[in-house]
Amino acid sequence: MFAFLENPKFRGGIHAEEHKAETCDKPIATNLPLPKKLYIPVQQHVGKPAEPIVKVGEHVLKGQLLAYSQGTISAPVHAPSSGVILDVQDFPAPHPSALPIRTIVIETDGEEKWFKYAIPEKPFELDPEEICLRVGGAGVVGLGGAVFPSAVKLNLGRKNQIHTLLINAGECEPYLTCDDLLMQERAVEIVGGIRLMLRGMNAPKAIVGIEDNKPKAFKAMQAASTEFQQISVVQVPTRYPMGWDRQMLRYLTGNEIPADGRATDIGVVIHNVATTYAVYQAVCLSKPLISRVVTVSGGAVSKPQNVEVPIGTLMSEVLAFCGVENEKLARLIMGGPMMGEVLPHADVPVVKASSGILALSHEDIFEPEVKPCIRCSSCVTACPVGLLPLEMASRIKANKLDAAVDLGLKDCISCGSCSYVCPSNIPLVHYFKFASGELFSRQQREHKAEQTKRLAENRTQRMERIKAEAEEDARRVMEARAARQAAEAKAQEENA
Amino acid sequence: MNIKPISSPHVSSARRVDDIMKKVIFALLPALGFGIFLFGWSALFLTMVTVLSALFFEAVCLKLKGGAVESYLRDGSAIVTGLLVAMTLPPYAPWWIGVVGSGLAIILGKHVYGGLGQNLFNPAMLARVALLISFPIEMTTWVNVSPFFTGLDILESFKITFSGAEISDAITGATTLGFVKTGFSQAQLLPDLLNDYSGFLAFIGWERGSLGETSTVLILLGGLWLMRQGIIQWFIPVSLLASITFLSTLFNLIDSTHYLSAWVHLNSGAVMLVAFFIATDYVTSPNTPLGQLIFGTGCGVLIFVIRSWGGYPEGTGFAVLLMNSVTPLIDHYVRPRIYGRTRDGKPIEGG
Repeated sequence: MFAFLENPKFRGGIHAEEHKAETCDKPIATNLPLPKKLYIPVQQHVGKPAEPIVKVGEHVLKGQLLAYSQGTISAPVHAPSSGVILDVQDFPAPHPSALPIRTIVIETDGEEKWFKYAIPEKPFELDPEEICLRVGGAGVVGLGGAVFPSAVKLNLGRKNQIHTLLINAGECEPYLTCDDLLMQERAVEIVGGIRLMLRGMNAPKAIVGIEDNKPKAFKAMQAASTEFQQISVVQVPTRYPMGWDRQMLRYLTGNEIPADGRATDIGVVIHNVATTYAVYQAVCLSKPLISRVVTVSGGAVSKPQNVEVPIGTLMSEVLAFCGVENEKLARLIMGGPMMGEVLPHADVPVVKASSGILALSHEDIFEPEVKPCIRCSSCVTACPVGLLPLEMASRIKANKLDAAVDLGLKDCISCGSCSYVCPSNIPLVHYFKFASGELFSRQQREHKAEQTKRLAENRTQRMERIKAEAEEDARRVMEARAARQAAEAKAQEENA
Repeated sequence: MNIKPISSPHVSSARRVDDIMKKVIFALLPALGFGIFLFGWSALFLTMVTVLSALFFEAVCLKLKGGAVESYLRDGSAIVTGLLVAMTLPPYAPWWIGVVGSGLAIILGKHVYGGLGQNLFNPAMLARVALLISFPIEMTTWVNVSPFFTGLDILESFKITFSGAEISDAITGATTLGFVKTGFSQAQLLPDLLNDYSGFLAFIGWERGSLGETSTVLILLGGLWLMRQGIIQWFIPVSLLASITFLSTLFNLIDSTHYLSAWVHLNSGAVMLVAFFIATDYVTSPNTPLGQLIFGTGCGVLIFVIRSWGGYPEGTGFAVLLMNSVTPLIDHYVRPRIYGRTRDGKPIEGG
């Protein structure tokens, strides 16, 4: 009834300063010097960490399996270059906490000698199951940032009989151009990857959605896909967060994914465009995912550009390659400026999720004083989900987390649009992340309390049972003794 | 307390509270300037007294509250309140009306609730209504159009504003709405009551009225500019003006001797100022598009009802305050639909 108040294709969103021009016209640099040491975390994906199978001192070849995937949702990791395993140790992870995680360290030998995998002769005629197997074996995960194991998604797609594969090439985050460049330079391989995915899922058609601020990428993709009618390449308006997969789906199909469901529920699977390139490499060339294109940009970088980086390279080396000016550096970020995570220092490895390394200067992160909310409802207008950020924040401020949940806290995608537009500079997303964390730890505490209670009850029961058994035993002994005495007495009587 | 934690997003838009207030002030200036031109020195004095006292009360309240005074004083919200209070006053009102008005607006209208962003009622409308009830004579003495070159000189004007000089009956009269209301009570009928009325002059603003409310066209221009700047959205002004237009046209068609036409309604009193600058006040209006449509329509309906059947010729102040009081209720019940959910908040059906 009130649908006229709602744009059916796109809701909310913002126009942020793009900062893409700095990097989008330069070719991907492939001449990053090979680092002396590579640090490969065993967990670079959603799910269980991989289990190392190499020993310290062992020599490995480029692309050789280092750690195998454990369980259904997991992904293996491979050697980004040839060399000797120096250690399997705890090393700071690319995360705001920089807490250490299990990491395989390789000392490279500079020979870049590849491990020999069999290369399929007709990759586009492989069985769907075989394609998924190869994608999983190559450690391919979602490269848009979610790092969900791609093979799991492909299998899910095949089982659910999907009708559309949506390729998300929105790349709506400011600064980032790694997908843009990949499409400009490697469109043929990307289209190959899309065809393999379609085959892997038995899906009839694919749509590639590209924001209209990437005309070169759009043209390249169109040219590469003309002979494949099952693939359509379309432009979508540039408006953050167009690259939120559910948003792009709504824009292109008019359908929404149920709040409690997945894309497969409405017959769609969504993959990032960089993932399709990794799929092509994995299936056609038998190359596991051992490098990725990373956008290095920001006001403190003198040579902003896209660089193809071996997984495990320290960010400090990539930044040095692009000329970071440390005196200008105000904040280091992995990912884009809207949703990326702050890193305390650059001595952490590039992982599969690292789409960008941003060294922002003080001018980039203009941060005025926080003022009171004037209820201007800019945040309500900007929210792509349809939430009331100002109301949620005021509930959280009053420590009424349940009220915030009632307002839809759990539907928040942390896209940052509300904080971006807030004229009072209120850190809304921070409130929501804090509240989510609080709710999680509260749940943990409740769970723990329940467990403790259950264990205590069990113990009481057990003790009572033991006591009852002991009494029973004692009674039985007494009875037996009484019976024996009675028998002896009887026998004596008889003898007498 | 106000230290921002390091959290995404790491960039932000350049628009700040101060900029919003500056733009609102800028959008008010044409209508205010025209009002000062129209009513001469006294209007200028009254505006200055009102704005300065608004700033003074704001500073005192901020000081009492503790914490930063200067940065809040510079956000411009007190100036906006002062200007709006001044613009709704009769141009020859004495200085103390301006001071009391600003005091009511800033202290009772804003800081007793906790300051910027916390108030339930629009401060300027609260002041206007309180003044109207407390000082009916001063608040309804409407002076004739008297621009600088024809009206009183600076000294006479100074005396009127600051030392309570008598305002001669010869230079005062009734506003259109007041005149018609009185006429009805004396069993006079439309359209005779409007024999001297010029729709065009009312649109331009060449008529008796409050200091900054007379010119429909200039307020409209300021309001449209604010819309273009993205400071206000169309929902409240359009629904407010549309509901007045609809109701007045309907009743005018039924009985044109007792009900004013839409044109007279829209060009009289504070309707335009309220539609674009008062009802759109962020703090006291709902947050969602649908909520704002309900709010605007409510204001429009109440304005028409009070004007047509109430005891006061003008009803904008009461209408806005009444709708302010239901804003929390509207915000509680009217919420946007969340992605992947129905309006009730249940997940939509898949497949």
